[in-house]
Amino acid sequence: MNGRVLTESGRVELLLLLREPVTLVFALALPIVNVVVLGGVFGDQPDPTGEVFRGVGGSTYYTPAYISLVAASVGLISVPTQLAGYRERGVLRRMRASGLPVAAVLGAQLAVGLGLAAVGAAVVTAFSFLTNDPAPAEDPVGVVVAFLVGTVALILLGILLGAVLPTARAAQGAGVLLWFVLLILGGAGPPPEVLPDAMGTVGALTPLRPLVLALQDPWFSGSWNPGMLAVLAAIGAVSWALASWRLRRD
Amino acid sequence: MRGLRKTYGKTTAVDDVSFTVEPGEIVGILGPNGSGKTTTVECLQGLRRPDQGDVRVLGLDPRHQVATLRRRIGCQLQDAALPDRLRVGEAVRLFASVGDRRPDIDALLREWGLREKRRAPFGSLSGGQRQRLFVALALVNDPELVFLDEMTTGLDPTARRDAWRLVERVRDRGAAIVLVTHFMDEAERLCDRLVVLRDGAVVATGTPAELVHRHGGGLTASFSSDLPLPVFAELPGVRDVRRHGTTVEVTGEPAVVLRIGHLLVPTGHVPADLLVRQATLEDAYIRLVGDGTQDGTQDGADPPTRGDEPGTAVAR
Repeated sequence: MNGRVLTESGRVELLLLLREPVTLVFALALPIVNVVVLGGVFGDQPDPTGEVFRGVGGSTYYTPAYISLVAASVGLISVPTQLAGYRERGVLRRMRASGLPVAAVLGAQLAVGLGLAAVGAAVVTAFSFLTNDPAPAEDPVGVVVAFLVGTVALILLGILLGAVLPTARAAQGAGVLLWFVLLILGGAGPPPEVLPDAMGTVGALTPLRPLVLALQDPWFSGSWNPGMLAVLAAIGAVSWALASWRLRRD
Repeated sequence: MRGLRKTYGKTTAVDDVSFTVEPGEIVGILGPNGSGKTTTVECLQGLRRPDQGDVRVLGLDPRHQVATLRRRIGCQLQDAALPDRLRVGEAVRLFASVGDRRPDIDALLREWGLREKRRAPFGSLSGGQRQRLFVALALVNDPELVFLDEMTTGLDPTARRDAWRLVERVRDRGAAIVLVTHFMDEAERLCDRLVVLRDGAVVATGTPAELVHRHGGGLTASFSSDLPLPVFAELPGVRDVRRHGTTVEVTGEPAVVLRIGHLLVPTGHVPADLLVRQATLEDAYIRLVGDGTQDGTQDGADPPTRGDEPGTAVAR
């Protein structure tokens, strides 16, 4: 594999991503809607009883959660839709037969997805600070590390979805559904503390919860959450192993 | 390729398939749906691992040297598209990045009549334009061997003839071509040699003319005559004689028509309705693979008696 294959694959994936309206809506527009709605509802007043929002103000609680939603939309909607579409239409077969390695395509999707998520995260964070008054992150480096680990893990999970789901339509449907479920249960919508027990348990098992916690801990208290970072890394590693096994059998 | 064998679970897709392709040659692979054509080609391209057999492509083993191999071959795959929003120029640039040299993309697009489509998304192209793009992509890195799998399926007659000219131009550049096809006229027009598969096994190989000669069933002459059938049956080279009403139908080697003439002219009964029909590649194919109960849908579109088809002679 030469370097030109990688840069050309990256270029093509970027162009295709930018031409996919659903991706842009979910990665850039919907999280902003969230900022407006949740920020408008809760402002930045800490819960007087201290039972919800982990002891911080609403918009402080939600700003890292918004970032996790951007990562989830890239990982669970745009990446699987693109990859399943490639498999469905024989694009991957054609590339493979022409000497374009599947690894280059996946690497390009990872890089481009990470880039889009970074832009989305920056936009949503800026918007949150513009419209509300969240406390700045105690440890920005920890937040960035959590963002990188979590986004890579969710994109790898998305590659697994794209390697398993039969069509682009199926992948997009499943991805959007999953995204809303994660939004509601994963800690980026209603505060997890107000959810009924059963929903709270399900929420704790979603792949979004570890990312929300891994982003919030360095933001609120300046301390990293190595446990949740390890869970994210494990999600990524298992997804990658299963996806590459599945793609080799294709 | 020698003794290729590939099974999917309990189904044997290809069993003991052997053939060679020489440089500058167009070899056609014919066979009904499910006869193993695509599996055979995919083993050559390194897209599938053969279970048994010795496969060498350009001196390389597709099982172990697939990366090197793919830089030297070009592939047009059946049912393999591109993303709808990918533009023509972008696709060519992407596929060109595999090669070591930087090809002249503008010249390539001009050559295949796609220059004005450079910024058009793949989804907006017509069937013929897509085929031209696929051929251009297969050729972008100047391959020594090109695989074309059912490249004209679904094209209208004009686009098919355009595609044939493209294939001939590829051959004229010096590449060897493996052409998988359902169409007899295409095989007859383009291929130097044919490999006919049935149920995963090779049932015949040879030039189109050889296959017609060996398996086509020979020439059929029909004409009005009241002479008794044994008179014709005794002629050298005759295989079969029938009578339909007043018409006699004699089947046999090509020289049979001369023998009949020799017999009839001295009697003064020169039939005005003499019709000579040469066997076509389609006749040979149908005899080789069966009557088409499992296939034949594609081939039925091309009646064997069309006057412009090579090998069909209609004489009075």
